[in-house]
Amino acid sequence: MTHLPLYQQLLDSCAALLLLLSFAMLSQRRVVALVNLYAVQGAVLAATTLLLAWRTGQDHLYVSAALTLALKVMLLPWLLHRLIRRLQVHRDTEPLLNVSGTMLVGLVIVVFAFSLAQPITRLASTATRSAIGIALAVVLLAFLMMITRRKAVSQVMGFLSMENGVLFGAMSASYGMPMIVELGMALDVLVAVLVLGVFFFQIRERFDSLDLHHLESLKEHQ
Amino acid sequence: MNAIDWITQVLEVVVAVAAAPAFLGWLNQCRAWLQNRRAPSLWLPYRNLHKLFHKEALIAESASPLFRIAPYVVFGTMVVAAGIIPSMSTRLPLVGSADAIALVGLFAAARMFMTLAAMDVGTAFGTLGARREMMVGFLAEPALLMVIFVASQISSSTALPVITDHLASGHLGLSPGLAFSAVAFILVLLAENARIPVDNPATHLELTMIHEAMLLEYSARHLALMEWAAQLKLFNYVCIGFALFLPWGVARAHIGPIGLAVAIPALAMKLAVAGAALALIETVSAKMRVMRIPEFLATAFLFAVLGLLVHVLLKA
Amino acid sequence: MMHRLVHPVAAPFPMLLIGCVGLLLGWTVIGLAGLVRPRSVVLAGRLLFPLGALLGLALAVLAGASLLGGGIERLILPIGLPNLPMHLRLDPLSSIFLLLLGASSFGISLFAGGYFRVGEGTAPGLLCLQYHLFLAAMGLVLIADDAYSFLVAWEVMALASYFLVTTQHRIAEIRRAGFIYLLMAHVGAICLLLCFGVLQGGGWHFTFHAMRSAHLSLGWATVAFALALLGFGAKAGLVPLHVWLPEAHPAAPSPVSALMSGVMLKTAVYGMLRVGLDLLGRPVWWWGLAPLILGLFTIVYGVLFAAVQTDMKRLLAYSSVENIGMVFTGIGLTIVFAGSGLKVIAALALLATLYHCLNHAFMKSLLFLGTGSVLHATGERNLGRLGGLIHRMPWVAWLTLIGTLAIAGLPPLNGFVSEWLLLQSFLFTGHLPHAFVNLLIPMAMALVVLGAALAGYVMVKFYGVIFLGQPREAALARAHDCGWLERIGLTWLALGCVALGLFPLQVIRALGAVTHQLVGAVVPQSSSHWWLLAPVPDRSVSYEPLVFLTATLAVVLMTVLAVRLTYRQRERRGPAWDCGAGNLTARMQDTAEGFGQPIRHLFRPFFQIERELPEPTDRAPRYRVVVRERIWRLVYEPISGAVEGLANTAARLQQGRISVYLLYSFLTLLVLLAVALLR
Repeated sequence: MTHLPLYQQLLDSCAALLLLLSFAMLSQRRVVALVNLYAVQGAVLAATTLLLAWRTGQDHLYVSAALTLALKVMLLPWLLHRLIRRLQVHRDTEPLLNVSGTMLVGLVIVVFAFSLAQPITRLASTATRSAIGIALAVVLLAFLMMITRRKAVSQVMGFLSMENGVLFGAMSASYGMPMIVELGMALDVLVAVLVLGVFFFQIRERFDSLDLHHLESLKEHQ
Repeated sequence: MNAIDWITQVLEVVVAVAAAPAFLGWLNQCRAWLQNRRAPSLWLPYRNLHKLFHKEALIAESASPLFRIAPYVVFGTMVVAAGIIPSMSTRLPLVGSADAIALVGLFAAARMFMTLAAMDVGTAFGTLGARREMMVGFLAEPALLMVIFVASQISSSTALPVITDHLASGHLGLSPGLAFSAVAFILVLLAENARIPVDNPATHLELTMIHEAMLLEYSARHLALMEWAAQLKLFNYVCIGFALFLPWGVARAHIGPIGLAVAIPALAMKLAVAGAALALIETVSAKMRVMRIPEFLATAFLFAVLGLLVHVLLKA
Repeated sequence: MMHRLVHPVAAPFPMLLIGCVGLLLGWTVIGLAGLVRPRSVVLAGRLLFPLGALLGLALAVLAGASLLGGGIERLILPIGLPNLPMHLRLDPLSSIFLLLLGASSFGISLFAGGYFRVGEGTAPGLLCLQYHLFLAAMGLVLIADDAYSFLVAWEVMALASYFLVTTQHRIAEIRRAGFIYLLMAHVGAICLLLCFGVLQGGGWHFTFHAMRSAHLSLGWATVAFALALLGFGAKAGLVPLHVWLPEAHPAAPSPVSALMSGVMLKTAVYGMLRVGLDLLGRPVWWWGLAPLILGLFTIVYGVLFAAVQTDMKRLLAYSSVENIGMVFTGIGLTIVFAGSGLKVIAALALLATLYHCLNHAFMKSLLFLGTGSVLHATGERNLGRLGGLIHRMPWVAWLTLIGTLAIAGLPPLNGFVSEWLLLQSFLFTGHLPHAFVNLLIPMAMALVVLGAALAGYVMVKFYGVIFLGQPREAALARAHDCGWLERIGLTWLALGCVALGLFPLQVIRALGAVTHQLVGAVVPQSSSHWWLLAPVPDRSVSYEPLVFLTATLAVVLMTVLAVRLTYRQRERRGPAWDCGAGNLTARMQDTAEGFGQPIRHLFRPFFQIERELPEPTDRAPRYRVVVRERIWRLVYEPISGAVEGLANTAARLQQGRISVYLLYSFLTLLVLLAVALLR
C-alpha cells in the first residue's frame, strides 16, 4: 500500500465516499431515500471541509463546514422531507433508462471525468488534487441523474447534488472558494429549493401530478 | 512451512466445517430476535443434518450418476475453499496451490455441478432453479472477482493469505477502492448465499425460490451434504469478507499457540458481529422480484469495477 | 538473389522441416487414395482416416521436437512458377501451431473414421480427399515462408473446407451457408493479398524474410496491420466479420466443424501473430487497441448469442466466436505491452493467447465431436428435441462433460489455466505509460471476466439440455452410444484437456521459445517445483493444479468414505416429485429457449427477436422465438444493397447489341491511346 499520511487517506476516502453516494443516488428510486442520501453526502462534504480546515488552518473553511452542515445536512433535507410528505411523492416512476444502463453510462462518465481532470490535477498543488476528477464526476453524475428522471423532485435532488460536486471540486482544486462566493451559493441553493417548492405545488395543482412529461403538453398551449 | 503451519491448515478446515452450521444457527437466531420471534436453538442446523443423514435416501428414477456425485463434489469444493481462505492464519501451506481466482473457479465448479444435478432429474423446478442460479452466477461471479482484484491490486498478489497479510500490516488501510468493493461484496454475498433480497432461504414458493428449487429432488444424506455445503459457502463468503475488509486478528508472523489464541476468539467475535449484521440487513430489506435480481447484481458488478477504477485513478 | 535473402546464415540441415513436408505429402497421398474406391466406407473409414490420424500424431511429435529444440529450419523447394520457388520455414511459432494441428487432428481423424457413412451427400472417398487436402493445406499455411505459398495454401484451405461444409449439398440452406463462407473467405483473402502487397515495401520480394527487413513508414505499417486484422479477423470470426461462422459450422459434418473451429480458426490467429509481431517488427502500442477492443466486443457478443441458440452446433459456433474474442484480446494486450516495452508482461499475455489457442483446439473439437455423435444417434440438432442422453450414450456424455467443464473455465481443467494467465497479465500491468490504457484495462478485465462467467451459463445450458433431464422425444430412447473409433478420438481430446490443465508448467516451458521469438522475453520460472506455476516475477502469484486436484479429490473421497462408513442407510429409487399434481412429463422441463430467457430479457438491445406467443385458448399451443443478429440489418444488408445497386447501374451498359459492345471496346482503346500519348 502506498504510505500516505493518515489525513490524506481520510480525504481520499471521503472523496470515494462522495462518488459512491452519487452512484447510490443514481440507482435509488425512492425519493425519501434520495433525500437521506443527499443529507449523507452533505455530511461527508462537511467532514471533508472540516478535515481540510484543520489541516490547512484556514479559518474560513471552518465557517464553510458549519454552513454545509447546517444547510445541507439539516435544513434542506428537513424542507425536502416536508415537501415530499405534503406532495405525497414516494417513488419515481420507471426512469427513462434502467438502473444498470444508467450505471453503465455513469461508469463511462467517471472514466471521462478522470481523463479530463488529469491535466488540472497536474497543475494543482493542493493535498486533495487527486480528488478533482471525483468532483467532476460527481457533477456529471448529478447531471445524468437529472436527465434520466421524470419526477420533478428527483431532478431537484440532482441539481442539489451537482452543487455539492461543484463545492467539492472548488475545495480540492484550491481549498474552497472565496467566502463571499460560498455564502452566495448557499443562499442561492436555499432560495432555489424554496422557489422550486412553490413550483411543485403549482405544477401539481395544474396537472395533478409531478411527472414532468406533463410539461410537454404546455407546448401546445402556446 | 513447518508442522505447525500444517496443523493450522487442518484446524482451519475443521473449524470451518464444524462451525458453519452454528453460524447459520446464529444468523437465524438474530433474525428471529429482530423480528420479535422466539429464536430457534443455535444447534438446530446440526440436529437437522443429523436427522437427514439417518434417513433413507430416495433417488428419482430418471436420475443419472451425476445426480449422486454432485453432493459430494459440491461439499468437497466448499471444504477445499475453506482451506484456501485465511480465516485464522495467513501462513497456510495451501497458499501456493490456489489463489483467489482459483477460489472463484472453485465456487463456479460447485455451482456448475449443482445446476447440472438440478437439471438431471428433468423436473420443471429443477431446471427453473438451475436457470435462475446461473442467472445469479454469471453476474455474481465476475463481481466477486472484481472485488478481489481491487485488493490484489493493492497488495500485488492474487493469493488471499498474502492479501490479508498485506492489508493487515498496513496502517488503518482506508483505501477508497476497497470501500466500493466492500459494498459490492455485501451485495454479492447476499445473492450468492440465497439470502433475503435475492432469495428466501425459508420459502418453497415456486415464484421466488432459486436455491431450494435446485435441491427439491434431494433427500437424506445427499440433501444433508448439499445443505452443509450451503452453510459452508456462507461461512466461506463471510470469511472472504473478513480477509479482504477486516483482516485484523488473524495470526500472521508469530504463529503457534499464541497467534491462534488470538485468532480464534477474533474470528468468533467477527462471525458474531457479521451474523448480526446480516440478520439486520435481511430484516430491513424485502425480497425482490426475480427479474430485478440482475439489476441488483449488475449494481454490485459496476460498483466493483468502479472500485478498481477509483483505485487506479487515485493511485495515479 | 532471392536465395541469398533466404539464407543469411548457414542453416543446419532441415531434418524436421523435411519430415513435416513429408507428412503433409502423406496426407495428400492418403486423400488421393480415397479416390480408388470412392464409395467404400471401409477403405476410407477403417484404413485411410486412422492412417491420417497417425500422420497427425507424427506431425505433433515432429513439431514438439522442433519446439523444444527452439531452432529455425528453412527449406526451398523448386515447385511453382519459374523463379518463384516455394520457401518453407519451421520456427517456434509455426511449430506450436503445427503441434496443435497434429495433436487435435489425431483425435478428430480417428473420430471421423468412425463417423462418415454412406449416403451423406459426398461419397466417402471424395470426402477423404477433401478432408486430407484441408489438413495438408493448413499445415502448409503454417510453414509457408513467402506470400505466394502462403496465399496458395490459404486458398486451398478455404476451398477444401468449402467443399467439406457443403457435403450435404442437396440441402439449399447448406449451399447458402457454404456461399456465405466462401464469400467471407475471399473478402478476407483480398485483404491479405493487399496486406502482403504493402508489406513487401517496394522491394517486390515476397518472401517473409524480405518483408521482415523491409522498412515501412508508420503509416504504411499501420495500413498493413489493419489489413491483416481484417483478413485474419474474417477467417477467425472476429465480430462483425463472424457471420459465416454460425452458418458454416452447423452445416458441416461434425468432424469438419471440429477441425474448422478447433484448428482452422487458429491458422488465422497464427497469421495475425506472424504479421503483427514478426513481419512488422516491433509493433506500435496503439495498434494493439484495435484487436483488444474488437476482441472484447467479440467475447461479449459471441457468448450472448451462444446463450440464446437452440441449435447445438450453432451454439458451439457462437462459443467459438467468444473464444476467438478471448484470443484476440490476448493478442491486443500483447501488442500494447510489447509496443510499450514491457517485454515480460507481453510474454505473459502472449502465453495466455497461445495457451488459449491450444485449449480451444482440444475443448471445442471435443464438444463438436460430441454433438456429432448425438446427431448420428438421434438425427437431431435442435436442443428442444433432445435430453436425457446421459443414460443412452454414457461414453459421449461423460467425455463431453470434461469438455464442457473445461470450456466453462473451471479448475483444474485447461480452460481455467489460460483464463488465469490472461487475468494475471491484466492484473499486473503495472503502470503503462498511457493514462487512457490504464483506465481501459480494468474495464477490459471486467468484460473478460463477464464473458468467462457467461460461458459457464452457456455450457450448463448446452450440457443440461442435451444430456440431462428426461428425453423430450420418444425417439431418443433408441439412441445408441458411439463406436470404438469415435470413443478413442473423444478420449484423446478429453485427455488433452485434462493434461493441459494439470501440467501447465511443462506447456509454458515449451511455449517459452515462441514468446522469445516474438516478443524477446520468456516468462520466468521462479520456482524449483515442477508442479508450481508462478509466472509473474516478484509477485506472489501461483497455481498448482495437481495439488489442487489432489486436495479436492482427497476431500471428496474422504466425504464419501465418511458418509458410507457412518450411515449405512438404504437407498430407494422412486418417481421424481410431481408436486402432487400427477403426470410429470418431459415437456415441463426448460427448453433451450426457456433456459436462454434471462439473457434474452437482460440483453434485449443486442438481439433482434421475433416471437410467436400462443393464445390462451389454443388447443395445441406453440411457442416460437427466433433470435437474429442485428448485424445483418445494420451492416450486411446495406452493403449487399449497395453492391446490387452498383451492379444494376453497371448492367445498363449491357444492351445486347454487338455493335454497342464493339463501340465500348473502340472507345476504351481510344481513351487508352490518348492517355499513352499525353504521357
